[in-house]
Amino acid sequence: MSVTQSMSGQSMDPILKVEHLSMKFGGLVAINDLSLEARRGDITAIIGPNGAGKTTVFNCITGFYKPTGGMLTLSRQNGEKYLLERLPDYLITHKARVARTFQNIRLFSGLTALENLLVAQHNMLMKSSGYTILGLLGLPGYKRASVEATEKARYWLEKINLIDRADDPAGDLPYGAQRRLEIARAMCTDPELLCLDEPAAGLNPRESAELNKLLLDIRDETGTSILLIEHDMAVVMEISDHVVVLEYGTKISDGKPEMVRNDPKVIAAYLGVEDEEIAELIDEVAAPTGADPADIAVARLAKEAVAEIAKEQAVTKGEPKVKPARKTTAAKPVSARKTSARAKKPSGGSK
Amino acid sequence: MAELSKPHSESVFPSAIREGIIAGIIAFGLFVLIIGFRTDQNISNELILTQRWGLLAIMVAIAAVGRFLFKAFISPWLTARLKAREAVETVEGGEPSFFRRNFSQLAILFLLIYPVLIVLMVGLQGSLKWVDNFGIQILIYVMLAWGLNIVVGLAGLLDLGYVAFYAVGAYSYALLSTYYGLSFWVLLPMAGIFAATWGVILGFPVLRLRGDYLAIVTLAFGEIIRLVLINWTAVTKGTFGISGIAKATLFGIPFTAGPNGFAAIFGLPLSAAYYKIFLYYLILFLALLTAWVTIRLRRMPVGRAWEALREDEIACRSLGINTTTTKLTAFATGAMFGGFAGSFFAARQGFVSPESFVFLESAVVLAIVVLGGMGSLIGIAVAAVVMIGGTEILREMQFLKFVFGPNFTPELYRMLIFGLAMVTVMVWKPRGFVGSREPSAFLHKRKLVSGAFTKEGHG
Repeated sequence: MSVTQSMSGQSMDPILKVEHLSMKFGGLVAINDLSLEARRGDITAIIGPNGAGKTTVFNCITGFYKPTGGMLTLSRQNGEKYLLERLPDYLITHKARVARTFQNIRLFSGLTALENLLVAQHNMLMKSSGYTILGLLGLPGYKRASVEATEKARYWLEKINLIDRADDPAGDLPYGAQRRLEIARAMCTDPELLCLDEPAAGLNPRESAELNKLLLDIRDETGTSILLIEHDMAVVMEISDHVVVLEYGTKISDGKPEMVRNDPKVIAAYLGVEDEEIAELIDEVAAPTGADPADIAVARLAKEAVAEIAKEQAVTKGEPKVKPARKTTAAKPVSARKTSARAKKPSGGSK
Repeated sequence: MAELSKPHSESVFPSAIREGIIAGIIAFGLFVLIIGFRTDQNISNELILTQRWGLLAIMVAIAAVGRFLFKAFISPWLTARLKAREAVETVEGGEPSFFRRNFSQLAILFLLIYPVLIVLMVGLQGSLKWVDNFGIQILIYVMLAWGLNIVVGLAGLLDLGYVAFYAVGAYSYALLSTYYGLSFWVLLPMAGIFAATWGVILGFPVLRLRGDYLAIVTLAFGEIIRLVLINWTAVTKGTFGISGIAKATLFGIPFTAGPNGFAAIFGLPLSAAYYKIFLYYLILFLALLTAWVTIRLRRMPVGRAWEALREDEIACRSLGINTTTTKLTAFATGAMFGGFAGSFFAARQGFVSPESFVFLESAVVLAIVVLGGMGSLIGIAVAAVVMIGGTEILREMQFLKFVFGPNFTPELYRMLIFGLAMVTVMVWKPRGFVGSREPSAFLHKRKLVSGAFTKEGHG
């Protein structure tokens, strides 16, 4: 494991470059001409509403799907470049050093936590055991390698706080621990890019905070770049260096978390407004002032939404469910839709 | 009967009686046409119907009374025992007894001295039956089941055609020794290599198949091998089989009469028992080799990958494991041991024919693996002893003739009892005799993994 404290020069160099990726399942276009970059040493988050194609992107990157079109280039630290769409899935982990976790945890439930981490070091151990033959004869090379593998597993078990349960079957661990173990297992393959599919799903706030710390530690200590799909905005906004937003298989926003958070397109995507409507809204407010039309549109939407909520509260005394992460949106989808419907009226209602 | 056990417990009886009556009705429905009526021919070749109400009544009564007894006595007794055992376990915490802890060492020791014990007990001539029919026969199945265990128990690939590899091994020895006169010790490894090659050949097309589909294709593969052996008469002599296969030798010393024979060299009286005892130690060695390799492989990356494959194939691929080669090595390793066992079988019988390699053999070996508990060597060995030894011992039960009449041949009921035993064990221990899995590595303490967490594999 080479340690690279994210250097400013290096962090501009993309570890993964996705160009014009598209994936079709029969007539369904899951990803349409998607291009994005993950920079080395960064935590890049991919967010988007359900069904936006996030997991499909992951499956294309890790070789579980063969993309219909496009190019996925992974550059390793040693300068080697791999076209992921041409590699079979196991070589993507073995050669290109991309590891992944799954949305629904896929641990080897009948194997102990320790064994799970040892299986992850398969290729290293396979080589040192002389593809089983030398190891079967009990040569010292394999013994040394197996001790090293156990030490590495111990390191990660300590890191994820599961050292006491090392000899318990993975299926017996609590849910949060299983999530952490899956990340540790992926890390045991010595990846340069770690792809995490909703690592915080189903975690309580404390576990989620621990996960944040773990991911930051992984980035800072091992120099592994992280690609992350997440719905929990607390996680996304807190730890990611870069956020990509997908909707219906296309990229609608890309940038720093603060920027993405204020992007009207993103807000619209999350609140369920049609693209054309938001464009109309932007057009409408663009004329009078010279300021960024997007900001004004957002401000207007937000103001209307707040007013809406205030009205609702006055009537029902109901608690508005405001998520802290979405400060600017501060509205429930329903009220936002009403807002947009109102915004549509003056421009003549193109539908 | 009800009066007899009234003080026992009141609440169980009404339901037990009801269940008994229901069982009787069901038995009547089932048996009325099968047992109640019998069609026969009379002297003038006419079909006549004989009615056997008495026999039917006996069968129905057995079913009804049996069900009643089970409900009224056996099932309360079982629950009481279970409770008692739970109570004991919580108190003791469980340091297993000396016998349990060293079971495998004791078993190996017993197997090593078994022929000596038998010879001491029943003499050289009497030992033939016990060493050959019990010892060798059981050990062949132990070895086959341990070989299949690699494919089914560890890698989780359901193989219904395992006997094909056994056949490949047997025929490689039979053909190459009769046509080219090669010795057993040269052909033993070759038979293993041939079988492993066939394992890979089978493995390739079925790599993408899982579960039921894999099972069907392996089943077909077993049949293909058998049909080839039957129909390729120019080489295999078809259903006649190959006879007069050379016997194995002890480092060049043949077990024959004559001045160079084993008995003459060691100055012993001539007896067939020496060869059997030699074969016994040979198969014991081969079986222990299988076990040793399996135990070693489980601690190697490839063994762990097999087990990981059984648990979750997709996760395996996400960790950079080449599932194709992993599956193929499992098929090849399992097949290799099948091939070893096959060539031993040919050397022991001196005769092979396709009839020895029917699907039933695959089924029996698979049944032993499943009964023993998939992945557990000790469980499988115990299952083989119970199943094969149990069916062999039926031959010894001649006293049953006094009960059922002189026409009764107990060994014909082999499969019936085999099936019954399987059902019983699966109800009693659904994960086999040894349901828990021993981890291949540990940090603090070796803890057995309960069968509840392990998976059987997807195919």
